[in-house]
Amino acid sequence: MTDGILTLTVNGEARRLVAEGQRTLLELLRDDLGLTGTKHGCDLGECGTCTVLVDGKPVLSCLTLATQTRGSEVTTVEGLADGLVPHPLQKAFAELGAAQCGYCTPGMLVTAAALLERNPQPDTDEIRQALAGNLCRCTGYIKILDAVKLAAGAVR
Amino acid sequence: MTGNVVVGRPGPRVDAADQVTGRTTFAGDIDRSGMLIGGLLESSQAHARILSVDTSAAEALPGVRAVLTGADLPVPYGILPVSQDEHALAVDKVRYVGEPVAAVAAVDADSVEEALSRIVVEYEPLDAVATIEEALASGTRIHGEGEGDNVHRRAALEFGDVGSGFDAAHLVREDVYFFGGNTHAALEQHAAVASAGLDGRVTLWSSTQVPHYLHRTLEKVLEMPAGRIRVIAAPVGGGFGGKTDPFSHEIVAAKLAMVTGRPVKIVLSRQQVFYAHRGRHPVLMWVKTGFDPEGRITAMHFKSFLDGGAYGSYGAASLLYTGSLQTSTYRIPNYKFEGVRVFTNKPPCGPKRGHGTPQPRFALECQLDEAAADLGLDPVTIRRRNLVEPFSMTVNHLRITSCGIEECLDRAVEASDFSAKHGNLPEGKGIGLAAGAYLSGAGLPIYWNDMPQSEVEIKVDRGGGVTVFSMATDVGQGSTSVLATIVAEVLGLEPSDLAMVTADTDLTPVDLGSYSSRVTFMAGNAAKEAAEGIRDRVIAAVADELGLSADVVVVAGGRVGSANDEDKTLSWADAVRAAIVRGGSLTGSGSYRAPDLAGPYRGSGVGISPAYSYSVAVVEVDCDSETGEVRVAKVWLAHDIGRALNPLLVEGQMEGGVYMGLGEALFEEQAFRHTLHRGPSLLDYKLPTFLEMPPVQSILVETDDPEGPFGAKEVGQGPLLPVIPALANAVHDALGVRVAEVPITPDKVVAAQRDIKRGGDGRFGPRSVPDYDFGRLTRVDPPGEF
Amino acid sequence: MRLPAFGYLEPSTVEDAVELLAINPGAEIIAGGTDLIPNMKRRQISPSTVIALGTIDGMSGIQVDDDGGVTIGALTLLHDLAASSEVPAALASAAAEIGSPQIRNVATVGGNLCLDTRCGFINQTESWRLASGLCLKADGDVCWVAPKGEECVAVSSSDLAPVTVALDAEVGLVGPDGSRTLAASDLYRSDGIDHLGKSADEIVTALTVPPRPRWRTGYRKLRRRGTIDFPILGVAVAVEVADDGRVKDARIVLGAIAPAPMRMRQAEEALVGSRLDAEAIERAAELAAKPVRPYDNVDLGSRYRKWMAPVFITRALQDLR
Ligand SMILES: Cc1cc2nc3c(=O)[nH]c(=O)nc-3n(C[C@H](O)[C@H](O)[C@H](O)COP(=O)(O)OP(=O)(O)OC[C@H]3O[C@@H](n4cnc5c(N)ncnc54)[C@H](O)[C@@H]3O)c2cc1C
Ligand code: FES
Ligand code: FES
Repeated sequence: MTDGILTLTVNGEARRLVAEGQRTLLELLRDDLGLTGTKHGCDLGECGTCTVLVDGKPVLSCLTLATQTRGSEVTTVEGLADGLVPHPLQKAFAELGAAQCGYCTPGMLVTAAALLERNPQPDTDEIRQALAGNLCRCTGYIKILDAVKLAAGAVR
Repeated sequence: MTGNVVVGRPGPRVDAADQVTGRTTFAGDIDRSGMLIGGLLESSQAHARILSVDTSAAEALPGVRAVLTGADLPVPYGILPVSQDEHALAVDKVRYVGEPVAAVAAVDADSVEEALSRIVVEYEPLDAVATIEEALASGTRIHGEGEGDNVHRRAALEFGDVGSGFDAAHLVREDVYFFGGNTHAALEQHAAVASAGLDGRVTLWSSTQVPHYLHRTLEKVLEMPAGRIRVIAAPVGGGFGGKTDPFSHEIVAAKLAMVTGRPVKIVLSRQQVFYAHRGRHPVLMWVKTGFDPEGRITAMHFKSFLDGGAYGSYGAASLLYTGSLQTSTYRIPNYKFEGVRVFTNKPPCGPKRGHGTPQPRFALECQLDEAAADLGLDPVTIRRRNLVEPFSMTVNHLRITSCGIEECLDRAVEASDFSAKHGNLPEGKGIGLAAGAYLSGAGLPIYWNDMPQSEVEIKVDRGGGVTVFSMATDVGQGSTSVLATIVAEVLGLEPSDLAMVTADTDLTPVDLGSYSSRVTFMAGNAAKEAAEGIRDRVIAAVADELGLSADVVVVAGGRVGSANDEDKTLSWADAVRAAIVRGGSLTGSGSYRAPDLAGPYRGSGVGISPAYSYSVAVVEVDCDSETGEVRVAKVWLAHDIGRALNPLLVEGQMEGGVYMGLGEALFEEQAFRHTLHRGPSLLDYKLPTFLEMPPVQSILVETDDPEGPFGAKEVGQGPLLPVIPALANAVHDALGVRVAEVPITPDKVVAAQRDIKRGGDGRFGPRSVPDYDFGRLTRVDPPGEF
Repeated sequence: MRLPAFGYLEPSTVEDAVELLAINPGAEIIAGGTDLIPNMKRRQISPSTVIALGTIDGMSGIQVDDDGGVTIGALTLLHDLAASSEVPAALASAAAEIGSPQIRNVATVGGNLCLDTRCGFINQTESWRLASGLCLKADGDVCWVAPKGEECVAVSSSDLAPVTVALDAEVGLVGPDGSRTLAASDLYRSDGIDHLGKSADEIVTALTVPPRPRWRTGYRKLRRRGTIDFPILGVAVAVEVADDGRVKDARIVLGAIAPAPMRMRQAEEALVGSRLDAEAIERAAELAAKPVRPYDNVDLGSRYRKWMAPVFITRALQDLR
């Protein structure tokens, strides 16, 4: 089963692909599906930039074999908005300047979205802990914290 | 109808919607039909002669489309005209581990890796030089470049007479400090995509901060007319100065595209990003300062030794920057600077946020605290007694205009309750203070020319749509949004009404790039001028159309006409059509060139700027006196921004500057085992996470700079500067140890504490600098008005 | 960074997995993959075959046994272990400090127990290691950390390992010869290369922690940042306190200073009979820290880690008061 047929759901859409055994989920998303919203900063699990949700949980797509996600539901930043209606986090990140260069933003957004799903009213420390695996080099995390709080108000 | 309100209003970035939906297309996200993947072979040697490179086995691999070596790109280049010392792929010699030696383009990444592993390079190893001391002592020469031996550049300047200044001093301190090197570590790994058409044109998309300089480099190295090369800076996933040089992979991608006829993409690995480096120079510093009994500085003698790594990069400027801005915050009546930059067999250093100035700022601000203690003064008083005056000249001929350092000091001290806390917090807790200043754009371009440093064009279509064309490059700092704010303000529109076309050498007029905090000031002024040209034509047309006098016509809120009679106004689109009817095509252009500010000496081009931003930081820490761990409780940062065009973006830059400053102060170091990088990864190189980041209180100080667009100055770099010494001073306040070496890691703190227990002075860091001859001293008279 | 090519197998029972492991020389197990995948990307290992345990039923979950002990399936996620109130405090708190939240969402207990040893000369890309010169642990014949030594001194960097030793836990193993249990203390060997006391063809199925009604346990971890970073010193402690408030039995186990967790028996004995007072703790910490000789092969160097050993041991014991 080195190169297997893989079926999974990506952003709510069923996908069927052939993936080599050594393909990572990151490569599958970016190179095979053209979903380049998911970024990478290290390829070794050290920065959180490549975070996507697998069955609702934030995982590092650079350390995940694509084959291991067979049958799973994968959500990337492209799947956060409901059509033209942005997720409250997307709105808050834009409004409060939580994205500067925007490179960490997709990973931050999906990680924060999973947090709010699990805990709609997180306090400051819960937000910091939940996002502790996502590095940002631009913002000092401060506007990100503000944005998650703002969105939490809206998500309720 | 009243005046516009865009300037000064907090608002989102103009590109925010794309950023939060994953639609921003970074260079690495670009896919082109038939695109090949390219890769670089890294040197395994720190210093060696290349005897041969055998690429035959790589070429024989199916899937490989091209293999390049140094011989294919023989033309040298370098960001500064005086340092044309790099090759896209090593020629004859390698000078650091990781230096690109050969390149491959193939149909997929696996083939690239396989091909690279099949290239056989035969090296003759040479002695490698790892440190400043080794470089000054070693007989092995890394370069034919520079002033001889391993010395890249020297500088020796004296302003006024330090001898008499020291003679007149009541207290003279001599201290040694070391600032370890660190790197930008933008989260985006550098990437470039090149495409070459059968028409003989080449297009390069790159994560670059300087499309114009890259364009010039490609013209030179590819030996092609610039008009046939198009450089597009893709949105940059963090720059901080790390994408400000022309890089090997950019040139190689272009060459591979030309050789294969196929688009080629190269994305550096994280390790290669550490090797590409151009980050903060390690600097060893010796500072001798004289003070009168009240703490006023009588003279300063500053020596700096820079470890430049293997190539010149911006180093000739970096060297001078370690000496030029000491005078920008405090009045130093007599000042002597001596510096030397050496070559070592390590990745080249270059400009990182604050370029060459955070290191001396660290030394200076730490020493001020030490002198204050000697004189029985507090840190605020000693600084207050030395502050530069607005609209004054410094001894080294910097022209200071608007200057809010005093207000920054007052407000940071007040907000943090510094005076009550300093010296009075319980054991382990401490508070520290420092100031800083930075350029709003270097006064001179990198290559000598008389043309403007920034040009902006605006085109208005018949529907009223406004498109702004500028080569300014958004690296996350928000330059596109700043330009939109300025144009919108002038034209009475909203930033979101504008289409912004940026950073494309085919489409946009030249801006020198996103470095030295120049964009808001320079491109901003150019944009303002371009927009004003449009506005004036529209006003004239509307005045004519409505029978008003032009001087009562205003543009605001999307309408043009009488300020107090709604009936005598036209919509923006109608107004535009009226202008086109009367004058034809509605386009405008503006440009900016800094005034001639150079002083009467060689080297005076570095440090001059049309305006300086000022910052004061207060850092409160909570130290673990057993583990030496420093936890930052809070940071207060007051910054003289001139005028905040968009306070939200300004705060974001201040918070980001604090973040990066704290990272440098506590965690980050580009560390080596001799010449080999200790850990070129984001696990070994410690970027602060969410958990290390304290709350930050940003205090915006506005001084309305007379030459800045709407009074604005820079904020991208300045706020970082005082954070590092303020933290060092806070650690001293908390534990009584003086860690005179950055980063202030827990092992150093504990070592200093143990030193105190053994009866030592609790100082950690080097105690002396090499005895070195900096060459012929240039004596410069202070400016007349000084 | 591409992974090397490998065959990928997904057995549905442990027995199948063991068999596949036996018939595929050069095969490696993958659980969460958070150790294996980076090591493969860096070409520290290039297994011919990767055998995934994820599809095996019944190997995850935390179960309270009849005797009051707990059995933790090898595939239990660290996230779940960290959140569990059924396991001893030290185990949950150590799990909570491993890697980042994303890592804990996929990383497993079994993978953590079998985590490869780490060293600044080995956890590097292939091109870096070629520049440095290959070392004992991967294709070379010299140790760059201790060039005179014959043995690899890569560091046991699992946060759970010292805790399991301190808890007298056992691991359940299934191999070609059937199943057996092994004391956690025997799962680790003082050899940076061959660091596990189980044979390569055995699979860890579970971790069993014996009932510990009167024990208090704790874990302290030294690292630079509050997240992501591996331990550069880990201190696991457990004490049994009798009715009279005196220590009846004690465990002090240090992680991340040597190729295997180190149990400090002399210090443990010094605690017995004490009331865990400041003096007893100080004495124990001193004894436990004395043999600590870390190498300069992970973050912050050997001297500082040596200095920190008594501090962290003291704090870990103080936590138990
Ligand atoms: C950035 C980063 C930070 C990290 N920080 C920490 C940290 O702070 N502390 C820490 O302890 N670890 C840390 N880790 C390492 C790793 O994530 C954890 O140790 C994790 O628990 C490993 O579990 P896994 O299931 O992902 O293991 P895998 O990678 O799947 O396996 C690890 C090893 O164990 C073997 N193995 C796995 N399961 C079994 C089994 N049931 N039987 C036999 N062999 C098995 C595998 O063959 C492999 O050799 C970090 C990793 C990264 C990338
Ligand atoms: S790319 Fe850095 S964690 Fe995946
Ligand atoms: S916004 Fe640039 S890395 Fe976070």
